[in-house]
Amino acid sequence: MERKTVFPQRLLPYLLLAPQLLITAVFFFWPAAQAVWFSFLRQDAFGIRTSFVGLENFTELLADPTYHEALRNTAVFATAVSLLSLGLGLLFAVLADRRIRGAGLYRTLLIWPYAVAPAVAAVLWIFLFHPQVGLIGRWLNGVGLGWDYKLNGGQAMLVVILAAAWKQVAYNMIFFLAGLQSIPPSVLEAAAIDGARPWQRFWTITFPLLSPTTFFLIVVNLVYACFDTFGVIDALTKGGPAKATETLIYRAYVDGRVNLDLGMSSAQSVVLMVVVILLTMVQFRYVERRVHY
Amino acid sequence: MSNAASTTEPGQRPDWLAHGVLALGVLLFVLPIWVVLMGATHDAATIGRGEVPLLPGGEGPANFAALFAGGRVGRMLGNSLLMALAVAFGKIAISILSAYAVVFFRFPGRTLAFWAIFLTLMLPVEVRIFPTFKVVSDLGLVNTHAGLIIPLIASATATLLFRQFFLTIPDEYVEAAKMDGAGPLRFFCDIVLPLSRTNIAALFVILFVYGWNQYLWPLLVATGEEVETLVIGMVKMIGSEANTEWNQVMAACVLALLPPVAVVLLMQRWFVKGLTETEK
Amino acid sequence: MQRRSLLAGSAALGLAAPGLARAQARTEIQLWHAMTGALGETIGEEVKRFNESQGRTTVVPSFKGGYVDTMTGAIAAWRAGSPPHIVQVFEVGTATMMAAGPAIKPVHTLLGEAGITLDPKRYLAGVRGYYSDTQGRLISMPFNSSSAVMWLNLDAFEKAGLSTTALPKTWREVRAAAEKIKATGAAPAAVTTAWPTWVLFEQMAAIHDIPFATKANGFEGMDCELQLTQPFFQKQMDFVLGLQKDGLFKYGGRDNAAEGLFPAGEAAIGFNSSAGRARVAREAKFKWASVPLPYHDDVIASPKNGVIGGASLWPLSAKNRPVEEYRGVAEFFRFLSEPALDQWWHQQTGYVPLTLAAYEKSKAEGYYTQNPGADAAIIQLSRAEPTPNSMGFRLGGFVEIRNIIQEELEKALQGQQTGAQALENANRRGNVVLRNFERANKG
Repeated sequence: MERKTVFPQRLLPYLLLAPQLLITAVFFFWPAAQAVWFSFLRQDAFGIRTSFVGLENFTELLADPTYHEALRNTAVFATAVSLLSLGLGLLFAVLADRRIRGAGLYRTLLIWPYAVAPAVAAVLWIFLFHPQVGLIGRWLNGVGLGWDYKLNGGQAMLVVILAAAWKQVAYNMIFFLAGLQSIPPSVLEAAAIDGARPWQRFWTITFPLLSPTTFFLIVVNLVYACFDTFGVIDALTKGGPAKATETLIYRAYVDGRVNLDLGMSSAQSVVLMVVVILLTMVQFRYVERRVHY
Repeated sequence: MSNAASTTEPGQRPDWLAHGVLALGVLLFVLPIWVVLMGATHDAATIGRGEVPLLPGGEGPANFAALFAGGRVGRMLGNSLLMALAVAFGKIAISILSAYAVVFFRFPGRTLAFWAIFLTLMLPVEVRIFPTFKVVSDLGLVNTHAGLIIPLIASATATLLFRQFFLTIPDEYVEAAKMDGAGPLRFFCDIVLPLSRTNIAALFVILFVYGWNQYLWPLLVATGEEVETLVIGMVKMIGSEANTEWNQVMAACVLALLPPVAVVLLMQRWFVKGLTETEK
Repeated sequence: MQRRSLLAGSAALGLAAPGLARAQARTEIQLWHAMTGALGETIGEEVKRFNESQGRTTVVPSFKGGYVDTMTGAIAAWRAGSPPHIVQVFEVGTATMMAAGPAIKPVHTLLGEAGITLDPKRYLAGVRGYYSDTQGRLISMPFNSSSAVMWLNLDAFEKAGLSTTALPKTWREVRAAAEKIKATGAAPAAVTTAWPTWVLFEQMAAIHDIPFATKANGFEGMDCELQLTQPFFQKQMDFVLGLQKDGLFKYGGRDNAAEGLFPAGEAAIGFNSSAGRARVAREAKFKWASVPLPYHDDVIASPKNGVIGGASLWPLSAKNRPVEEYRGVAEFFRFLSEPALDQWWHQQTGYVPLTLAAYEKSKAEGYYTQNPGADAAIIQLSRAEPTPNSMGFRLGGFVEIRNIIQEELEKALQGQQTGAQALENANRRGNVVLRNFERANKG
């Protein structure tokens, strides 16, 4: 899309673009290029001795079983968070879209978790699931279920998934609501006249019509689960116990911050950049074309 | 609107089921907040013993007073506010200008500039975290407000939204302005800015929440109390869990979630609009 | 009252504009530390005493979070060209700091340049050894040192029908006591430990005179290798897993996360740093005792000395840092080395005295008869002449290695792998870290 009428000035547009381009260059392109460069280096903690090691950081990383574990954790975590938050978001959206009394109030009461920071969400869930001070955690221990997410990796994964998904439901619901409201009523009316039951109508008409929204949300949720949930994991489990909740982004943080290994952390950044670029390409190539509007 | 579902037709499930599920959902969302709100009104010992209270206690004012004593939490609150506002307004300002340049002018390198900005959409700061930190550290911006805020201002979403919107401004407006002898800056101030009001409001809500909720970046850049934000400070209060004063953490937690929630609820209409339109 | 004036003082300092013509320009020294709560206040008091004792230097302490945050924050600041003058680094970071070459200014050089003499011999052997180079010269300044000790809930012991005077000395006796505590329900859990790897493996290696790593635990070179697959560690691991299997051991989390379980009465036998004494004294609602760590009497008849934990102060260099700032740091260090201050610090915090003089004086004044058990850590540190296995650890990337051991231990406690597998994995992964450190610091 282009405008027909434009202003003739030559210098002004560059001035207008300058702030954004400058910041993008300094804090985006330069670090991204540096990440690639650092990933070929090995450096001590203080950055005093630097040597070029070629692809060694990558070969070491890809051969490391704990990195494979982080990859698996990320897959499990991202899938579970996306499914859970998409499912609940869709359910609430469909219900709140019906013309029932107080639908607007429900909507208001359901959207605000969007505004809660992931790290804050994690702290809220600590107060539910902490084995000593948590409401549900103590109850679980009380009935003899042996609840301790600080030692049991499976339980830890469950808690971070719940906390991360909890925060994301609101976001998905808002998009599903917008999607539902753009479906022409006549389509559904026609189906109702044909005698289709509501459940059937939902699966044969509404859900397919929502597919652009759904596919968009799948990508957004995966990106959220992979990158924005750092705060959830850091506040709840710090990647533990025994790396059970260490995701790729958390691993990059630990190697860079705690283990002070800039080369290894940068190599992981490069891997992550490739993954995100692939995800984005999938979104543009596959999602935008194949899904019918 | 979905009038189809408005009246109860044959085969339509009754409303009480919808009410039930929705109420359950509301409960699911409110319970954690309720626990924290109530916890913030009790003393440390009660929570330490694991007697999670579901009713308010009498220690609320004392807890918040203790929290603000020493000035550290007050400064964190200030830093969070500053960061959220600066990120929101900074992003809006630089994006509206660049979108204006890309849409209303023709100049060499225009497509290149657009793609350079568009590319940043793909890589959130988390992905390139340490190299970005190193750049900020080389610039001497570690533990400064500038280092905290500026790297987060560069992103494409706002620019794309304004671009979409500017493309819908009728050509007649521009022609009329040209005939009146109004230059591009005058046109921007008199026509484009007022027309963009709702978009700006919508973006503000989303970017305020985005700025307030930042975690990984401030965790690295704020190496001292001077620029520490509330979200970071609150999580740090938990520490190793060995000496945690849980009631204080709960009070801090309330403080950390109140402002963005308030902004979203008060500006709900713009928020929903902004969210669904920026992301599409 | 005292604290308020301290706060007011530091506020005034912060407000004083640098250009203001004050009678005497004082040199400002930044000190980054990791001490919260009561310990942080004690540092504040110590600094205040120094600032008031002379007219040239003002030390400004600032709390920078936990040990890891403080250390990595200082390293990041050094890379960015604005490091603090002094940073408190925990013992695990010692090797990383020692390898930092131009980034640090060794204490002996710093004091030498300022014309201050400090005989390292005034420090306890275990303390001195940890922070000295191979020629016995101090590299960093001993500050807060502790050792791990065993805390016993005597009320629970009584309830379980155990003696409250003949306390357990060996692991065998600890296990027997734990079984009785469990059988009688005298406490919700029998045994727990803070700092799991430090207590269960590092301290145990030293006490039993077993190498944790080759090359005298890294003191003799960066090309050392972990020895975790040796039979002793297998025995120790099996012992811990056995306790856990029989419901006698409660794992309370990494680092000091489990610290609260003993004073809360949740566990009747707790292992923790001797610096936890202040907290136990404040919080425990029962009679308690602190004694040296247990040992396996079938491995060693008379146990060796334990190793220290805690942290030391590192002077950092910076481009264009003026001579008088280094001199200020040196003067602060001389102040810290005074036995009287050391004695006060020891009694105030529960850390062990650093100097022999402070220990002798405390003993002569009857401090340990009034506070029984307060010398458990000192006895444990000085009961034998240090061997190459009990001098301490100088392992590169030790922060990461400790986390690796904790992770593998957690997996074994969850039943995901056997003790032997855990040790093997920890050994293998830890050695990778050592090799990377060696390579990164050679080039």
